[in-house]
Amino acid sequence: MPSDLSARHILEFPGGYTRTTGPVIGRFLTELRDGRIVGVRTADGRTLVPPLEYDPHTGDPVTGEYVQVGPAGTVAEWTWVTAPRAAHPLDRPFAWAMIRLDGADTALVHAVDTGHPKAIRAGLRVWPRWRAERVGQITDIECFVPEVTMIVSPVRTEYTVTPGRALTRFLEGVRDGILLGGRCATCDKVYLPYRISCPECGSPIEEERQVSDTGTVTTFAINNLPDPRAPEVPFVSAYILLDGADTPMIALVGGVPAHEVRQGMRVRAVWVPEAERTLSMTNITWFAPTGEPDAELEA
Amino acid sequence: MGNRCAVIGVGQTHYTTKRRDVSMAGLVREAALRALEDAELTFRDIDAVVIGKAPDLFEGVMMPEAYLADALGAAGKPVTRVHTAGSVGGSTALVGASLIQGGVHDRVLVVAYEKQSESNATWALSTHLPFTASLVVGAGGYFAPHIREYVRRSGAPAHIGALVAVKDRRNALKNPYAHLRIPGIDRAMVESTPMLWEPIRYLETCPSSDGACALVLASERAATGRPAWVHGTAMRSEPIFRAGRDTVNPRAGQDCAADVYRQAGITDPRREIDVAEVYVPFSWYEPMWLENLGFADLTEGWKLTESGATALDGDIPWNASGGVLSSNPIGASGLIRFAEAALQVRGLAGEHQVAGARTALGHAYGGGAQFFAMWIVGADKP
Amino acid sequence: MRAVAVAAFAQTVHTGHDTGLSEPELLLPVLAEVRAKSGLRAFGFTCSGSCDYLAGAPFSFVSALDALGAWPPISESHVEMDAAFALYEAWVRLQHGDVDSALVYGFGKSSLGDLREIMTLQLDPYYLAPLGLDQLSYAGLQAAALGADRAELDAIVRRCRADGRRNPYALDLPDPTEQDDGHAAPITDGAAAVVLVAGDLLREYPRLAYLTGIAHRIEPHYLGMRDLARSPSAADAATAAGVGKGRVDVAELHTQFSHEELILREALGLPPDTLINPSGGPLAANPVMATGLIRVGEAAQRILDGTAGRAVAHATGGPCLQQNLVAVLSEEA
Repeated sequence: MPSDLSARHILEFPGGYTRTTGPVIGRFLTELRDGRIVGVRTADGRTLVPPLEYDPHTGDPVTGEYVQVGPAGTVAEWTWVTAPRAAHPLDRPFAWAMIRLDGADTALVHAVDTGHPKAIRAGLRVWPRWRAERVGQITDIECFVPEVTMIVSPVRTEYTVTPGRALTRFLEGVRDGILLGGRCATCDKVYLPYRISCPECGSPIEEERQVSDTGTVTTFAINNLPDPRAPEVPFVSAYILLDGADTPMIALVGGVPAHEVRQGMRVRAVWVPEAERTLSMTNITWFAPTGEPDAELEA
Repeated sequence: MGNRCAVIGVGQTHYTTKRRDVSMAGLVREAALRALEDAELTFRDIDAVVIGKAPDLFEGVMMPEAYLADALGAAGKPVTRVHTAGSVGGSTALVGASLIQGGVHDRVLVVAYEKQSESNATWALSTHLPFTASLVVGAGGYFAPHIREYVRRSGAPAHIGALVAVKDRRNALKNPYAHLRIPGIDRAMVESTPMLWEPIRYLETCPSSDGACALVLASERAATGRPAWVHGTAMRSEPIFRAGRDTVNPRAGQDCAADVYRQAGITDPRREIDVAEVYVPFSWYEPMWLENLGFADLTEGWKLTESGATALDGDIPWNASGGVLSSNPIGASGLIRFAEAALQVRGLAGEHQVAGARTALGHAYGGGAQFFAMWIVGADKP
Repeated sequence: MRAVAVAAFAQTVHTGHDTGLSEPELLLPVLAEVRAKSGLRAFGFTCSGSCDYLAGAPFSFVSALDALGAWPPISESHVEMDAAFALYEAWVRLQHGDVDSALVYGFGKSSLGDLREIMTLQLDPYYLAPLGLDQLSYAGLQAAALGADRAELDAIVRRCRADGRRNPYALDLPDPTEQDDGHAAPITDGAAAVVLVAGDLLREYPRLAYLTGIAHRIEPHYLGMRDLARSPSAADAATAAGVGKGRVDVAELHTQFSHEELILREALGLPPDTLINPSGGPLAANPVMATGLIRVGEAAQRILDGTAGRAVAHATGGPCLQQNLVAVLSEEA
């Protein structure tokens, strides 16, 4: 049952994560900003580059002794990147390498710009190419380059997502102005929106059942914090038990002042004009009072 | 069940809005090293490490246990990462305890943390996939309707939420690690703050904190010092969309409590438990959980709160530490409840010690009030 | 330790693209299948593995609970790790002695995003992630450290893809070519579940795959602070699980890259006649977060259907085989 519904979904904290560095990473990045590379000594006398707050093999704190290393180093392992990704430090083919900086006992991972894969090899001596504008990030070293020749942390992932089989079926109904539930034959309960299995007994749900677009507000919140999805503040987000359904849906209640909304209030969906309907819940602007007497609530 | 397990070390960081002075590794190490110091052990003595935290979106580091393993001295050892939504801190303690109860290890380090200041809690909790976006704005927007329903069912007067908000913040003044410290807080101050998600006022909500908490757990043969003995452990989960689900008094919470009480031989929690650290992120959840956990009859929980029984000097103090309402590094908040319960029965809770506490409940919940984790700890060996 | 055995295993017919099913919808038939095979509807403990960043939203495991029909409420936990580590947690829980059954499941749809870049997010957030070092790149560094013979690696890919074509659950991938060398495991959507039993329940089944040993270990994270050509953590886990205590008919290894088979074969001390990844392994189907659990399931299935007497399963986490789990399955307790 292929569906045409698909959407680009981006997970990105606006502005980037603000990472505090602590003293050791902070010292390293500060030195880096000044154009120096330092390592830290472990209790057993090794020099960790980049420095950690702890000996990675024992968890013991490192000593407070920093030593300047490099800036030159020797390539140990490398791998060639023919098609750099957007997040990579270089926009042309380059190598990732493990670089043993002079004076360090561990290898630093960074990019090496040799222009051509034939120009890189284990044992190659490389030097950092510093950025002119340094801010205290590992990328202050733009990359390493062969000898003599020359942090705010954005996290963004992008997805193409589909609604799944059950939600697609439900949204098709919403496009056509109906609300589709699914009835579990074992539990005799009608689930809204339609779903393909019962949360209570796990049985497949085979029967579609249309439910009414009128229902009862069972409970609600009056939200005083603005939200782009709501028309104004305050707005009411309510649990609405539609007639014929056994599970409530969460939706806006409108057409009535927020403080006049009541538990038990009878409401009806306000649909956008037929011509404007899409495969989306935005077809229902909100639920508005029907004017019927309030429903009795469970004790 | 299984082999005996004891808490022999507890470590906490100070909780605050933004820990500017530490890295992520530095934050978890601070708690871990304090727990080890309390247990008079080092990383070398630890057999396994269990790490818990809430969604990775908070810090933008996916499965950070890989990066944090060696910061916790775990090289060469087993590391497990637990994530069960808001109950995760509690679940993390239970997964750690399970390793001892199952006879697999003798000493386990349990660490939970959140560095919420790296991003924004509402963003990290409210990010939805296309098609499924609902109109819930943050945790408060989710829980407010359930609180409204509790108030309707119980007939509780409107000021009960403020009473809890004041009580827990006064307790926090006695806890050196607590985040919110509001000297002179009173009911009028709470009631003067705006409604964010009516019926929840600003000062009836938890803060957003950076922080970490750690425990050292030990088998009977490895127990040293003044242990807190584990008398019962239980987890329960229920589906969020089940028809007829009671969101005010969830069955999973009732079942979880019944299980942990049975293991600990408790039949009357109000009388037999001396102090409880219960996950109360919005003040109204104290009366709700008093009922859910069997400390009060249905619709009567608010009366217990109003009577002062849950205050530090009451007959059943709840959240002597100040609770989640005073410190909330989400992924660690559950573990802090479990740790504070242990501190109380070890007699090491300092200024907020409940005199003579011998049996304590640690509690955490998460998701749509559908994931629960609990333990009972005692001063005596079970 | 208390005897624990795999009683049932099920997996989806994995796909290299999004078929339009949500994660819980993928999982549903798999859960029904292990319930039918084990004859159990409810379990003493349930544990799952999944990843929010793979799903693109927080709390990816919550809706899976609704697929389960978790009512009355169940004793349940979740790891943000491959579900093989959830199986380990379940095995530990069964050691307590008070419950005799456990359900373990994992699921993932790596078709949704760019898996290679999503995997960047699990790297050290100060020194590695800002470089944008992606999964193929760090695997490339490990392959370079190993210095394996290209022809040997090509042969591994050819064998895995051919085995995968014979496995109805794996992808149908052609023999490798220059353009499609197959050294990296393919993008895959899928789910899997396992039922573990212990105690009195062991008597209910004519044939079981006993978990005679299981252990996992981690090593330092930063790639320049360990020997990428070796896997001491896998070796330690294999020793703790008792791999060397008997013959190994079959080994199912969580090899997301062809060179990892060589590293793991040495670390686990596998005899030369051991059949490696007869299912095709991850190079033929890699539903991330379920792939490791499938290794345990595939190894167990060979015991259950009588084609192996003793088998080894391996699962991994973290960059460049940082964390490794090894399990030994046997027809005898």
